[in-house]
Amino acid sequence: MAVSKDKIRNFSIIAHIDHGKSTLADRLLELTKSVALRDMTEQILDDMDLERERGITIKAHAVKLDYTAQDGEVYELNLIDTPGHVDFNYEVSRSLAACEGAILVVDATQGIEAQTLANTYLALDHDLEVVPVINKIDLPSAMPDEVANEIEDVIGLDCSVAPRVSAKTGLNVEQVLERIVQDIPAPTGNDSAPLRALIFDSVYDSYRGVIVYVRIMDGKIKAGDTMKMMQTGAAFTVVEVGYMRAQSMEPAEELCAGEVGYITASIKTVRDANVGDTVTLATNPALEPLPGYRSVLPMVFCGVYPADGNDYEALRDALEKLRLNDAALSFEPETSGVLGFGFRCGFLGLLHLEIIQERLEREYDLDLVTTIPSVIYKIHMTDGSVIEIDNPTHYPNPANIDFCEEPFTNAHIYSPAEYVGTIMDLCQTRRGIFKGMDYITKDRVDILYELPLNEIIYDFFDSLKSRTRGYASFDYEICDYRRSNLVKLDVLLNGDVIDALSFIIHSDMAYGKARKIAERLKDNIPRQMFEIPVQVAIGGKVIARETIKAMRKDVLAKCYGGDITRKKKLLEKQKEGKKRMRSFGSVEVPQEAFMAVLKLDDNN
Amino acid sequence: MPVGLYIHIPFCRGKCPYCDFYSVLPSKGIIDRYADCICSHLKEHSDRRFDTVYFGGGSPSLTRAKNIARMIECANLYGNPEITVECNPSDCGESGFDFEKAASAGVNRISLGMQSAVDSERKTLGRRADAGDVLNAVKRAQSAGIDNISLDLMLGTPGQNSESLKRSVDFCFSSGAKHISAYILKIEEGTRFFRIKDKLSLPDDDETADLYLKCVELIEENGMKQYEISNFAFQGFESRHNLKYWHCEQYLGLGPAAHSFIDGRRFYYERNLEEYMKNPTAVPDGEGGSFEEYAMLALRLTEGLQNSKVKERFNFDIPAEIFENAKRFEQNGLIKICDDTISLTAKGFLVSNAVIGSLII
Repeated sequence: MAVSKDKIRNFSIIAHIDHGKSTLADRLLELTKSVALRDMTEQILDDMDLERERGITIKAHAVKLDYTAQDGEVYELNLIDTPGHVDFNYEVSRSLAACEGAILVVDATQGIEAQTLANTYLALDHDLEVVPVINKIDLPSAMPDEVANEIEDVIGLDCSVAPRVSAKTGLNVEQVLERIVQDIPAPTGNDSAPLRALIFDSVYDSYRGVIVYVRIMDGKIKAGDTMKMMQTGAAFTVVEVGYMRAQSMEPAEELCAGEVGYITASIKTVRDANVGDTVTLATNPALEPLPGYRSVLPMVFCGVYPADGNDYEALRDALEKLRLNDAALSFEPETSGVLGFGFRCGFLGLLHLEIIQERLEREYDLDLVTTIPSVIYKIHMTDGSVIEIDNPTHYPNPANIDFCEEPFTNAHIYSPAEYVGTIMDLCQTRRGIFKGMDYITKDRVDILYELPLNEIIYDFFDSLKSRTRGYASFDYEICDYRRSNLVKLDVLLNGDVIDALSFIIHSDMAYGKARKIAERLKDNIPRQMFEIPVQVAIGGKVIARETIKAMRKDVLAKCYGGDITRKKKLLEKQKEGKKRMRSFGSVEVPQEAFMAVLKLDDNN
Repeated sequence: MPVGLYIHIPFCRGKCPYCDFYSVLPSKGIIDRYADCICSHLKEHSDRRFDTVYFGGGSPSLTRAKNIARMIECANLYGNPEITVECNPSDCGESGFDFEKAASAGVNRISLGMQSAVDSERKTLGRRADAGDVLNAVKRAQSAGIDNISLDLMLGTPGQNSESLKRSVDFCFSSGAKHISAYILKIEEGTRFFRIKDKLSLPDDDETADLYLKCVELIEENGMKQYEISNFAFQGFESRHNLKYWHCEQYLGLGPAAHSFIDGRRFYYERNLEEYMKNPTAVPDGEGGSFEEYAMLALRLTEGLQNSKVKERFNFDIPAEIFENAKRFEQNGLIKICDDTISLTAKGFLVSNAVIGSLII
C-alpha cells in the first residue's frame, strides 16, 4: 500500500571504506524490524562474498524500510546503496539522482577521508540534503568533537544535531532514523504526469529475467502496462511491480511518483535496462528523458585466457553468466599465438577488471592468464583512415601510421597535504599535466591532473596508495583524445615474439620499461636446457636484452641404493611442474613470470 | 638367474650432517642380534642365488668381520661373486675392522667413505678420520689382499674449490684405488645441513657444475673411465652390484630401508629397525622393469640406451620420438647419438633429470 508522498524518504549512505556503512545499514534494518534478528548475519546488504572481503560495495542495492517515527507517523524509507569506487562513478551518480538525501558516515577516529569527500560533493551537486553521522564513538580513540568541527569546516555541514553513534553496538542509531525523517525532504513529482522512472540498477534473475530497480520521478506504473526505455527504445510488457524488502520482494499494485521499487517485464538482458535510462509508458510517453544518461562503455581491455586450454568453454559460459548482470562487461573471442584461445574483455576500469577476474577464478573455479590491460587508441593512417585498437596485436605497421591518439582523463586526487610532493612525482612519471590544486582545508588538498588513461589503468591506484600510506584517493573521467607519440613494445623469447606481452606505450617510457621487463623475465623464468635471449623491441629494433643462462645442474647424483621408485617419482613430479608452464616455442614460462611482467610498477 | 643381494647395516656412531640414510646408534649386543636376524631372513631366500653382495649402511664397518662372515655364509652364493663392504675410515684403524677375516670370508671389494682428502672439508662434513686414516684403511685392505677399492668423493661441499678437488682426486690415484664414486652433495630434508643450509657457504649451481666437470676431467686424465653419472673405474673394476640397479636387473635388499626388485615387483622394508627385527614386512612399491624405467636408468650410464639391448629385452625398438627428442639435446652437447645408441655427455649428466624427463617420462 502506497503511503502519501510526504511520508517517503529516499536516501543513500556515503562512507569511506571501513567507516561503517554496511554496519550502519544493518542496524537501520534491524531497528525498522525489516529483518528478524535471528536472520541477521553481519552486513546483510553486501551479499557477494567478494564485497565482504574487499569491504566495498560493487553493485547498488536498495531496500524499503517502514519506520514509525517519534511523531507517531509511519514513514517509508528507501535506502539506496551505492558502489564505492571510481570505476563505478557513473553508477554512483545515478543512485544519488534517485535520492533526495544522503547520510554521510564519518569515522570518529579517522575524520573525513578523500573518497568520502568526492562522493559528498557528488551528492551536493545533485542537490541532496546531506545528513552527517559520526560513527564509532564507542572506540577509545574516538574524537567526535574534532570530527564534527572538521565536517563543519571542510564541507560546511551543520553538525550540531549530527547523531553520534556506534553502528557496532547500536548506540544512538535511532537518532539517525529521526534525522532522515526530519532533515531529508520528501520527494516531489506528479502522479498524473507521463511516467518517468530512473533506472539506478538492474539485476538478472534466472526466473524473472531482469529486475529493474527504479525511482519513479513522475507518473505511475503497474503490471500490464507497456513500458518503454527512452534511450534504447526497447519496449516490454510489465509483469510485476513492487518494493524491495531486505529479504524478499513485495509485489504492489502500482508504483507512484516519489517511490522506489522494482519492475519485472521478462527482459532478457541487463543491456536492455541500462543504468541511467528513463522508463516511460508506450501510451502517453514522456517528452524528455531524465538528464544524466551515459551509455556505459568499457574503457580498459585485456585478454583473458584459461590457464588450461580445456577450460575455454567453461570460461565462455562463466563470462556469459557474468555479462547477464553486468552491462559494462564486454567480451569477444580472441586467439593468441602463445596463449591459445581466449577472450578480449572490456571493463570500466582496473577494479572492474580485477573483480571480474576474481569472480571468474573464485565462483567459477577457473585458472586464468590475463594480458596487459590496454585502452582504446585511435590510429590515424597515412591514407587518412582512422582505426581504433584495444589490442596491441592489431597495432599496424608503423610505416603506415600518420599519428596516434590516446585517451586522456581529468583526474582529481584527494590527499592530506603532506603527500603533495610524492603525488606530483608520481603523476609526473605518468606523463601527467598539472592543472591546479585546491586546499580543501589547511591540510587537505584536491590536486587536479590531466593523465593519460593508459598510465592509470593498472597500477596507478596501487602506487598512489602505497605512496600516501592509503590516505589519498582519486577519481577520474575521460576528457578527450590527444595526439601522442606511441610505440608498440614486443617481447621476444628465444627470438619469438610473445604476443601476449606486447603493449603500447609512450615512446619516452619505452626504454625504461623495456629494461625492466627484460630483467623481470630473466629473474622469473627458470633456467632451461638452452640459453634463452630475452629481448624487448620496437618494430625490429631491440632496445633491451637479457640472457637466461642455460641450466647447469639438475641431477640426482646418488641413486639411492635400489630405490628406483623414488627417482621415477621425482622425474614425474618435475614433469607435472612443467605442465603448469606455458611453452613458447622451446621456452617454458611459468605463470609467475607473466604476472611479474604484468604487475610491473614504479616501485620495483 | 642369479640376483644381487643388498644388506643394509643400519648402525652409525653418529649422524653425518648431510646424510639421510637410515641408521641408528647401536646399543650393546644389537649388531650381533641384527646379524642373526639377517641370517635367518637369508635362509628364507635360499632359493635365490646371489652373484653380488653389497653391505651398505649405515656403517657396515661397525659390524665385526665375524658377523659379515656369518651373513655371507648364509647367502646362497653363485659363481664368482663380487662382495663389497662399505667402510667408514674411522672404523678401520689397527683395532678396527678386520680386513683379513673379511677377505677370508669372501669380501673382495671395499668402498671407503672418504668424501674428501682435505681435512678441513672432511671436518665440515662431520667425518672424524683424517686423510692419514683414510690412507691407512686403504693400505690395510690392500695388504689383506683386497685390491678392488673404491673411494667416495663429494662434490659441491662447503668451501670446496677446484684446487682442493684436485688434491682429493690426486689422493685417490696415489692411494691405488680402482674406483671412485663422486657424488654431488644434495641437501636432503631432515638433515643438519638442511637446517643450516643458509649458513653453509655452499658453491652455487654453476660452481658445482664446474666442479663436477673438472672432476670428470681429472679422473679421466688419470686413466679411469666414467661409466655412470657419479661412478668411475679402471677398466674391469666397475661395480657389478651397482650396475644391476642401472641395468634394471633383479636384486634383493634386506634390512630396514632396503629396496628390492624381484620378479617384476618392487618392494622395500620400512625405516624401522625394531619392527624389522620383530617382523619384517615387505611394503609393495609397484611394478618395476617397464621400458621407461629401464631407459631412465640406462641413461645414467655412459653406455646409454642401446637399441639392440632394448630390442632383446622388450622386443621393440626405441620409439622414434625419443631419437627425435634427443636430437634437440645433441645440438647443445648434452647428448651423443651414435648409431642405435643415445647417451648423455658429462654436461648432459649434470642436467640429467631434465634431459631424461623430457626424453622418457
